[in-house]
Amino acid sequence: MLRALLGRWRSSLSLLRPAHVDADRAKIAVAQLGHQYANKVVALQDVSLNVRSGEFVCLLGPSGCGKSTLLYALAGQVKPTGGTVAIDGKTITGPGPERLLMFQEAALFPWLTVRGNITFALGAKGVPRAERRERADAFIRRVQLTGFEDTLPHQLSGGMKMRASLARALAMDPTVLLMDEPFGSLDAQTRIHMQELLQSIWMRTGKTVVFVTHDVHEALMLGTRVVLMAPRPGRVVRDLEVHLPMPRKAEDAGLNEMVRHVRELLRQVEGPGLQEPAPRRPPERTASRPGLPAQGLPRPVR
Amino acid sequence: MKRYIHKLSMVLLLLGVWELVARLGVWSPHLFPGPFTVAKSLGAMLSDGRMAEATLRSMGRLFRAYLMSVGIGIPLGLLIARIAFFRNAVKPIVSGLQALPSICWLPLALLWFGLTDAAILFVVVMGSVLGIAIATEDSVNGVDPQLVRVASTLGVKGLRFQFGVMLPAALPGIVTGLKLGWSFAWRALLAGELLFVSGGLGQLLTVGRELMDVPQVMAVMVAIILIGITVDRVLFQTVEGRLRRRWGLAGAV
Repeated sequence: MLRALLGRWRSSLSLLRPAHVDADRAKIAVAQLGHQYANKVVALQDVSLNVRSGEFVCLLGPSGCGKSTLLYALAGQVKPTGGTVAIDGKTITGPGPERLLMFQEAALFPWLTVRGNITFALGAKGVPRAERRERADAFIRRVQLTGFEDTLPHQLSGGMKMRASLARALAMDPTVLLMDEPFGSLDAQTRIHMQELLQSIWMRTGKTVVFVTHDVHEALMLGTRVVLMAPRPGRVVRDLEVHLPMPRKAEDAGLNEMVRHVRELLRQVEGPGLQEPAPRRPPERTASRPGLPAQGLPRPVR
Repeated sequence: MKRYIHKLSMVLLLLGVWELVARLGVWSPHLFPGPFTVAKSLGAMLSDGRMAEATLRSMGRLFRAYLMSVGIGIPLGLLIARIAFFRNAVKPIVSGLQALPSICWLPLALLWFGLTDAAILFVVVMGSVLGIAIATEDSVNGVDPQLVRVASTLGVKGLRFQFGVMLPAALPGIVTGLKLGWSFAWRALLAGELLFVSGGLGQLLTVGRELMDVPQVMAVMVAIILIGITVDRVLFQTVEGRLRRRWGLAGAV
């Protein structure tokens, strides 16, 4: 039995392989990206990441590891203080129609119905008036919101709002979909439904997705690639390809084996800083860390 | 239903106390008539058409002035909120002028426009335009930044952004500002009408005073209250309530 377990453990390791993507073959090329906020916090340091077209990349890490900053830099909402982001070989300077950012909240326009939200966005894209309604209804069907076309956002549940938001994003037909913990505020059950929905849509459309999450299970459930990040300063520590067949099931044993493995990896990454006994920490390091008062922290005995 | 019974009983109680005090004869009945006398005077004014004529005149003035205020106030508020020059240069002036009670414009208005409608219109506009502009600016600045961000990522720009996102997002606040502007305008109008012969509700009050006709004065006051409440309730509360429900801001107002 032990051998069987060990075998599973090994197989899960072999299903997680380091990813190597050349910059010239990448859809999204991030090179030596660095970002420092005005309050001197280094959110990103020397981050390089190449994403192929059609990949589903999950940025995974604890809060403060810069995963959202990286995503916002990809979206063009944050101007990084160093390095470049290029899409299809062209360096980006701001938001663009080929990239679409989805937030943790559904962020629907509250005065427009579900259909109205989509047709309004399509109007901004320049879709002729006659086509908008038909296209909106097609995407509403795709996210299984049929029957709620004329409902106002505040009458929908959290999961339904998110689905409407997803329909709006898909209707805009971006080549790159950037998602910032979109299911973070949903309950566990709804979350799994949304993950399965997103997966089936991704399999059908083949969009490039960059998905930020702090949930290991979610990352492995959805991603073809998982990028582990670590905080202070925000950096990439592992870049792994997930070789599990799609569609994946949340209860899948191999998936859960991997989850355990990646959790272990994450613990190693964060571990030294957190588990190191406080008295052995050199005092000058404590003082140099921003935001923490030097007094009140355990001091080494001299 | 219970709410209305409470309301009605309070009104009846007040009327009863009024009648009682009038009957006690502490003050001369000429100076402190009871509700019945006042109601009779109101009825007389209604039946001989004086009230209707005065109301029509006042409301006509108010309507024109209010339309001007809205026409100037909302764009002014939008400009202050969106353009740095207006925010830095015009906003202090607008806030400063707002410290001046609107009736203080009347002497100037009389010198500029003479004893005409224009003078009163000027006072009413000055009384309400600034409040509307400031409320508009406030509500535009208070728009949820998330909506602005999502509009930018969806590529909503230019006029479509201003009228399709900013304006509807700020609309509940703007309507509240319009309501405020209306009550400012209503006050300024009556203050203006009181001060010179103008043929509106304010003048009916003045005439009542000059004839020592206290029932008429009180009757006009009652009429002014009723008109004010009606417009506030019927027009603004319905619009505001509907808007807030549609925007999902409140279950019921």
